[in-house]
Amino acid sequence: MLEIKNLHARIAEDGTEIIRGLNLTVRNGEVAAIMGPNGSGKSTLSYVLTGREDYEVTEGDILYNGESILDMDTSERAAAGLFLAFQYPVEIPGVATMQFLKVALNEQRKARGEEELTTPDFIRKVKEASGTLGIDMNMLKRPLNVGFSGGEKKRSEILQMSLLEPKLCILDETDSGLDIDALKIVSDGVNALRSPDRAIVVITHYQRLLEYIVPDSVHVLYKGQVIKSGDKSLALELENDGYANVIADAA
Amino acid sequence: MNMQSKRPMTAAEEALVHGFARRAPDLPGDTQISEARQAFIDDIKQNGLPTRRIEAWHYTDLRSLLKTVPASEASATDGGVDALLKGAQLISLVDGTMVSQQVPDGVSCSSFRDSLDGADAARLLTVRDEDDIIGRINGAFVTDGCRLVVDDDLELSAPLEIQSVHSGGQIHTRHPITIGERSKGTFVERHLAVGSGDALVSSVTDLQVGAGADITWVISQEQGGTDTHFGQINIELGAGAKLTLFVANAGGNLVRQEIHIAAKGEGSELVLRGVNLLGAQSHTDVTMTLNHSVPDCVSSETFRNVVCDRARGVFQGQIKVAPIAQKTDARMACNTLLLSNEGDFSCKPELEIFADDVQCAHGATVTDIDDNHLFYLRARGIGEKKARALLVKAFIAEIVEELDDADLVEALEARFETWLDDHG
Repeated sequence: MLEIKNLHARIAEDGTEIIRGLNLTVRNGEVAAIMGPNGSGKSTLSYVLTGREDYEVTEGDILYNGESILDMDTSERAAAGLFLAFQYPVEIPGVATMQFLKVALNEQRKARGEEELTTPDFIRKVKEASGTLGIDMNMLKRPLNVGFSGGEKKRSEILQMSLLEPKLCILDETDSGLDIDALKIVSDGVNALRSPDRAIVVITHYQRLLEYIVPDSVHVLYKGQVIKSGDKSLALELENDGYANVIADAA
Repeated sequence: MNMQSKRPMTAAEEALVHGFARRAPDLPGDTQISEARQAFIDDIKQNGLPTRRIEAWHYTDLRSLLKTVPASEASATDGGVDALLKGAQLISLVDGTMVSQQVPDGVSCSSFRDSLDGADAARLLTVRDEDDIIGRINGAFVTDGCRLVVDDDLELSAPLEIQSVHSGGQIHTRHPITIGERSKGTFVERHLAVGSGDALVSSVTDLQVGAGADITWVISQEQGGTDTHFGQINIELGAGAKLTLFVANAGGNLVRQEIHIAAKGEGSELVLRGVNLLGAQSHTDVTMTLNHSVPDCVSSETFRNVVCDRARGVFQGQIKVAPIAQKTDARMACNTLLLSNEGDFSCKPELEIFADDVQCAHGATVTDIDDNHLFYLRARGIGEKKARALLVKAFIAEIVEELDDADLVEALEARFETWLDDHG
């Protein structure tokens, strides 16, 4: 599904290198967790994967289903099945959430050469998905993310994910700003999307989220490289001992 | 006007003066009126068009901006266009002449041309002050308009549209409007080009809103890309009156829309919202003066401007609060989305507050589309062009959707969407 090979990326504006030779492979059906201390490049990785123009890839490649996506722009990657659940979903006044969902769904369908959804089909789909996530339809009439609580914003991200049915999901610190109840609802939403033909990359600081979304693999990111990979027990180890040992071993 | 050294007349000034000499015998009105008209032209001849040295015209140097004036005789075309709002009743003016009117019971509508022939006509051609060039051009050339009187306690069941269409040439109209006490309704004042000929349009509306009335007044300027449009609305608000004024500029090449409001009765409320969509090499100036001369009035003004291409925009907003106008609550905002590096917007707020127990605020912003917003939409598979269009619409939608009239919101949004699609 996803192969990152010797990836180097820097901030376009000032040339600061953030990703320094990163290698990572995520297979179909796999849930991979990426953990790492502050400033290790976790969020940058999520932006580089989704093609944010503030970052430049200087070396290496990102293969998605065997093909390089470096020449695709952000919206093309999304239409191809890449989805980023934002750490901080932005508030966009003046764009009603429902309108946004409909445009996004139909633009992706158009890009893939599929028929646009009819309004009744669209509403049915949204109702179904919102019900599972405990989202009130009234919330979706409001402008996108405006005045949403932290929990509502994250649920809205997962709602978008379940409607857009991506193949590769990247969750950037989806647990930040969530209380335990919301964490559980969001995790259930993510778990419902686990499937043999979908891969999920969970970026997180804490092991807590991984109790709810149990990963198949755990990778430690430090200074822009994966310095250690293991199974879910690695996350527990990090929780108990911190990053210091892993960093020392890698040095 | 200010003392100025004598300059040679510009081509536009000459065209106005000479055009007047040719047309004067055919313009409506008695001797008194023709003397008033001549005096306005003499002023223009004497002082010329205003330059940047005149404070009220500082950002719109009319002397250099108004390059040509089209021939005065407009050829009357037939018919107007569909009303902006569905189910609206129409008063139609074509090329500066009222051709049809459809008004409900309780509303009387007469031709301003007839008023000019009446005994009390001279007082109808007032100008605001020495810098009022729109009043002078209009006063010199005005041929017609719609004189509307809405009875007291009347609730209009359908919107009423005063539609002024033209096919080019010169169009000068004036609309004296009186809204009776406690009356309610929605009115649309619409200016649009249906042909492709260059036009010079001046339109003055005198709107008196009676005590306790509650009305929505929409000005939709939809002139052609080579047209010059001079609009002026002079408003008096009675006690406890509520006016929602929506000004939409999406057209024209050289546009000045003046909005002058006198809050004369205690407890009145003004909600002014404006959208200016500026494209090509146009110059659009919205100038507002608001006089709070009595206590307990509320006013808020928000303008949203979208600047494309090499367009220039101006907003001047002046609020005066008289010493006795205590408890005034006045708020003004001017937000601009600058979509082009060659576009330009100037914003001048001016607050003169002589009362001590008031709340007044003003703010101005100029931004490009927010990269974070754009990235978020693109990350959901929405292509860049579509995402940008969505964000521009959102910027406008925020104030359009404040209007609590679904038909009006829909009509304005459709109008703006057409313009944005054409300029995307």
